[in-house]
Amino acid sequence: MFAQIASGAGMTVVITGASLLIGALLGLPLVAARRSAWSPLRALATGYIDIVRAIPPITWLFLIYFGLPQYALRLDSVSASIVGFSVIASAYMAETYRSGLLSIPRGQWEAATALGLKFLPKARYVITPQAFKVTLPAVAAYAISLLKDSALASTIGVHEITYQAGLASRATHQGLLAFSIAGLLYIAMSVPLAVVARRVDRVLRRKLEVA
Amino acid sequence: MTFVDQWISWLPALTPGLGVSLTLTGLCLLFGMPLGLVLALMLEGPVKMLRAAALIVVEVGRGAPALVLLYLLYFGLPEGGVTLSAFATGVISLSWTTGAYASELFRSGLAAVPAGQREAALTSGLRGWSGFRYIILPQAVRISTPPLASLAVTIFQTSSLAFVIAVPELMSKAYALGSITFEYLSVFALTSVLYGSITLLALAFVRLAEQRLSRHL
Repeated sequence: MFAQIASGAGMTVVITGASLLIGALLGLPLVAARRSAWSPLRALATGYIDIVRAIPPITWLFLIYFGLPQYALRLDSVSASIVGFSVIASAYMAETYRSGLLSIPRGQWEAATALGLKFLPKARYVITPQAFKVTLPAVAAYAISLLKDSALASTIGVHEITYQAGLASRATHQGLLAFSIAGLLYIAMSVPLAVVARRVDRVLRRKLEVA
Repeated sequence: MTFVDQWISWLPALTPGLGVSLTLTGLCLLFGMPLGLVLALMLEGPVKMLRAAALIVVEVGRGAPALVLLYLLYFGLPEGGVTLSAFATGVISLSWTTGAYASELFRSGLAAVPAGQREAALTSGLRGWSGFRYIILPQAVRISTPPLASLAVTIFQTSSLAFVIAVPELMSKAYALGSITFEYLSVFALTSVLYGSITLLALAFVRLAEQRLSRHL
């Protein structure tokens, strides 16, 4: 039974990883818009972030998987869940980036401007390296919660851990065992993420204190 | 505006589901919050056995997806000879999730009470439990309230998971309506509007209350 349930781990990783990557990339223009000086763009980005996060993930998945085919955009369950989680991740990542940016003192922007740096080099060499240190633990924490959310993909038939556990429990009538294995697998998968995040955080914190 | 007409005609079919969702959320908070406080006290307490037990409950509750916990109890309880309705199973399972997350918030609230308060309690002759009960705990609860309120909103969203064990809440009503009308997009858009508007309203209320309360800090 363990082998069957663990066979879903690959799919869980694919969905979590792909959504996190796409969400992380989409989050960049989103946070730029969220902090834009032009208020309509800012309002649009704020609205997007708030609304995306206000709707439960399962509703997003159903909207995309069952709703979109009505207008001829038919996605298979794997792509539908990646699209859904990417949308959700983009909003959360944008907020994560934003809190990272907010943690940087204004003086850093002003100092970079005083040195004659244009926007891109300023962002690239001054702000991003500092924001990165603050943001990384938060990104790791979000990655863990996305990993757990990916269990929802089983409801639209993606063959990941929870789906396999469901199959196993129906086949053997040992639901308690099957879902205990599934739960432990998720915990086991999130432990390395948490350990790495904590270690990186400690190293970076030490560096920040020195600086 | 056929879209709007359609939504208005569907609302009576969805509102009972919304009621179940809200009841489910309310019960989970009612059981989950005290559970979280007890778990936090067990974790901070001196008894090693209790600490270990609480640690397992919290780590499983936070580490495993809420969906898996839901299935675990739904399929697991009957195997242990306990047969409950889907709704009761949903309440127990989501209360577990709520309690696990709340315990961490209570713990960080306890940690945020300045050490001087403990010392002041001691010098006032309030030792052990009474000092904790009358000096530390009220302040910790006060500090934990805003994050707990945000957690409450998250739990409302999480209650949508009860759909998978056939609790007749909003999501399952929406799915049923979709499979009758085949207007999935429209049905789930309306469902999103319902979830979204309640969540945003609740969050705005939490933020307002937070501002009000922090005036006295």
